[in-house]
Amino acid sequence: MSNMQTSPEAKVEERSSSNNKFFIWLQYFWANYSVIFAFIILFILASIASEHFLTPLNLTNMLRQISVIGILAIGMTFVILIGGIDLSVGSVLALTGTVVMASQVDFGASIFTAILFGLFAGLLVGLVNGLVITYGKIAAFITTLAMMTIARSAALYYADAGAISGLNSDYTIIGNEYLFGLPIPVYVFIIVVVISFILLEKTAFGRHIYAVGGNSRAAHLSAVPITRVTIAAYMICGLTAAIGAVIETSRLNSVSTSSSGSMYELDAIAAVIIGGTRLTGGQGKIIGTVFGILILAILSNIMNLMNISPYIQGAVKGAIILVAVLLQKRS
Amino acid sequence: MILEMKGIIKKFGNVVAINEVDFQLNEGEVHALVGENGAGKSTLMKIIAGVYQPDSGEIFVQGKKAAISSPSESQKLGISIIHQELNLIPYLTVSENIFLGREPKNLGFVDYKKMKRNTLELIKQFDLDLNPKALVKDLSIGEQQVVEILKALSLKPDILIMDEPTAVLTEKETSKLFELMQLLKKRNVSIIYISHRLPELKIICDKFTVLRDGKWVKTAEIQDFTEHDIANLMVGRELEDMYPSVPANIGKEILRVEGLTQSGHFNNINFSLKQGEILGFSGLIGAGRSELANAIFGGDPADEGEVYWKGKKIKYKSPIKAVQDGFGFATEDRKETGLILDMSIANNITLPSLKKYKRAGFVNKKSEYRDIQQQIKDLNIKLYNMYQAVKNLSGGNQQKVVLAKWLVADTEIFFFDEPTRGIDVGAKREIYHLISNLAKEGKGVIVISSELPELLGICNRILVMYNGEINGEFSHEEASEQVLMRKATGL
Ligand SMILES: Nc1ncnc2c1ncn2[C@@H]1O[C@H](COP(=O)(O)OP(=O)(O)OP(=O)(O)O)[C@@H](O)[C@H]1O
Ligand SMILES: [Mg+2]
Repeated sequence: MSNMQTSPEAKVEERSSSNNKFFIWLQYFWANYSVIFAFIILFILASIASEHFLTPLNLTNMLRQISVIGILAIGMTFVILIGGIDLSVGSVLALTGTVVMASQVDFGASIFTAILFGLFAGLLVGLVNGLVITYGKIAAFITTLAMMTIARSAALYYADAGAISGLNSDYTIIGNEYLFGLPIPVYVFIIVVVISFILLEKTAFGRHIYAVGGNSRAAHLSAVPITRVTIAAYMICGLTAAIGAVIETSRLNSVSTSSSGSMYELDAIAAVIIGGTRLTGGQGKIIGTVFGILILAILSNIMNLMNISPYIQGAVKGAIILVAVLLQKRS
Repeated sequence: MILEMKGIIKKFGNVVAINEVDFQLNEGEVHALVGENGAGKSTLMKIIAGVYQPDSGEIFVQGKKAAISSPSESQKLGISIIHQELNLIPYLTVSENIFLGREPKNLGFVDYKKMKRNTLELIKQFDLDLNPKALVKDLSIGEQQVVEILKALSLKPDILIMDEPTAVLTEKETSKLFELMQLLKKRNVSIIYISHRLPELKIICDKFTVLRDGKWVKTAEIQDFTEHDIANLMVGRELEDMYPSVPANIGKEILRVEGLTQSGHFNNINFSLKQGEILGFSGLIGAGRSELANAIFGGDPADEGEVYWKGKKIKYKSPIKAVQDGFGFATEDRKETGLILDMSIANNITLPSLKKYKRAGFVNKKSEYRDIQQQIKDLNIKLYNMYQAVKNLSGGNQQKVVLAKWLVADTEIFFFDEPTRGIDVGAKREIYHLISNLAKEGKGVIVISSELPELLGICNRILVMYNGEINGEFSHEEASEQVLMRKATGL
């Protein structure tokens, strides 16, 4: 202990030359944000592969297309960070979309109220998921798998497996209009990202999320309200599904109870995993998920531009997920 | 010479954990490896065990140059290690853990009968009541440590490395372990023994090597040096008075426990604690001391009985309310219940007290940072960046982070469960003084410990638990190792 008078900070200064500092920073950056490097490389490759890639129209279109899944993936990040999983988001998107459309069409609600109903429904489904998982002590995988079929079936039943189409064309503004050259859904996505980032990085709730995912027993004994944190994570996930539903339904002013949101949960989970969030929880970043979704977007975009058969695109995506996880295991 | 290391260097990023260390181990000798927390003991051993590769230097086993590239390579060379942190698989049984990867087979199938028989034989050596079919997750941490030891022994190694095996053992298991080590010595097994319990070294070791800040300091015959000499070599200066004076300013009663019972763990527990008092809990592994603390704290509520906090009846169903009321519980098992290993040192320290730093919904990082810095300085936590994951700290420094958590949390009553587990002499002394100062500030302190000297050194009163019940109470003056041991074994 004799050499401990110097503060740890002074020690860092002492031990590392500026050169080394850069190296440490790089190491840290690589460990946490290797997905950003992957994105940059992919972006460059895509620009070289197709002259249509790097055009404003293509890029804004691509951004609009990913915003719904992107928003879902952000909610999914919370759930995976606590060591859970939510398979129900795609179906919840269909169900909350049905709520939004039906409120307008069948119950004459204003657009604003209809959206509120939809968001509320999303929170409610998340609450039910959370309650069953915490108090019912049923595994998240099972709980949300059940919710996936229940939510879808509820939507199908309500609309007789058909679509509900809106009459008020104002509603389509959200999904179709541009603001300063960018589609409105992209703004919604950015807002969701920023709020989530602040929640995770700047608040006690964020710390609690990481603590529960990292070691829930230790978190419990450190006075972390693990039950409440868990429920909140699923509610956030339900809410993002509902936000996604608003954008999705407003695009065509209609919800298809059979196909809306179908398989979205897989893309959302894939984006989170590619983004470097550990599937067992406790480690991961919102920024990672954002780049995870961008990587998925560029991939499908470039494959479309190059006329690669959509039937083989799934295989490429799957391979990318495996590579991403393999790379994470290394570091 | 059975093992020789020459000019070993190992760096982690910018930290030089091992700096040109030479080390020799002779056949049939018990060689103590000592040094402060973070001195590099575990790292050096992990190099022998094939967990880490050195950046430079050479290793010779039985005179032949060895490249130990993996743990299995090390096992093949006849080396077996008991790691400082437990590495068992919770949902496997005792015998499955011991024979993991080396299950006795019969016609290609695991021969469970033989496995059980072999396990029982090993257990018998330890004179312990352990069911080979029990799941490891249901064992106490001390019992888990015994399983680790049995696992290492079952490999029949030529070189056995023991990284703080006694940190979680009580006197009884410890003396059994020493008997076993004597036996191994007779069979010409060479042992490297790491411990922060210096009195043990005199009993069991022939030689010792001191590391300080990753560098070799001294190797010598142990009989030529006193405990005090070794401690001074470790810290590199003169250490004085290990134990502070026992707190004298005892205030009014703050905690009273009446008839507390939790089936299978403890039964009809009655005691009280006063302000400014340090109350010790002694007993063997499995006596129910940790479970008692955990029950009062709300981690796993008791079935029956009452607890009064400052005269008010309390019944915590979770630790949240307990922490609000000023309870703090530094658990014995830092890996499982004390720390979030992947989280940073900083975030671990303030986890129970985030409320304190809330400003308009956000965590006020400035005042948080100040408090964390303070703890790191006060406790001399050895690190290079407080935002690094806590799992990268040496064992003893992790333990200090556990203590720091509750110091930051404005705790009024501390439950310290094995507070000096894996902590070096210099730091131990600091922690004893820290505990004593907490008491002098008027806090209530409960210390659960398996180290009798430390309970005898710092406590006003000591309760002995046996088999889930309180079997004796002694004042500081009355208590001695002999009476505590007698009561702990049920006499
Ligand atoms: N995986 C790692 N990554 C980064 N630093 C490490 C790692 N392992 C050890 N260190 C650092 O190396 C140094 C030596 O650690 P080591 O665990 O060998 O100490 P020790 O002598 O065993 O201490 P203790 O008595 O506390 O167990 C410490 O400063 C520690 O922080
Ligand atoms: Mg160690």
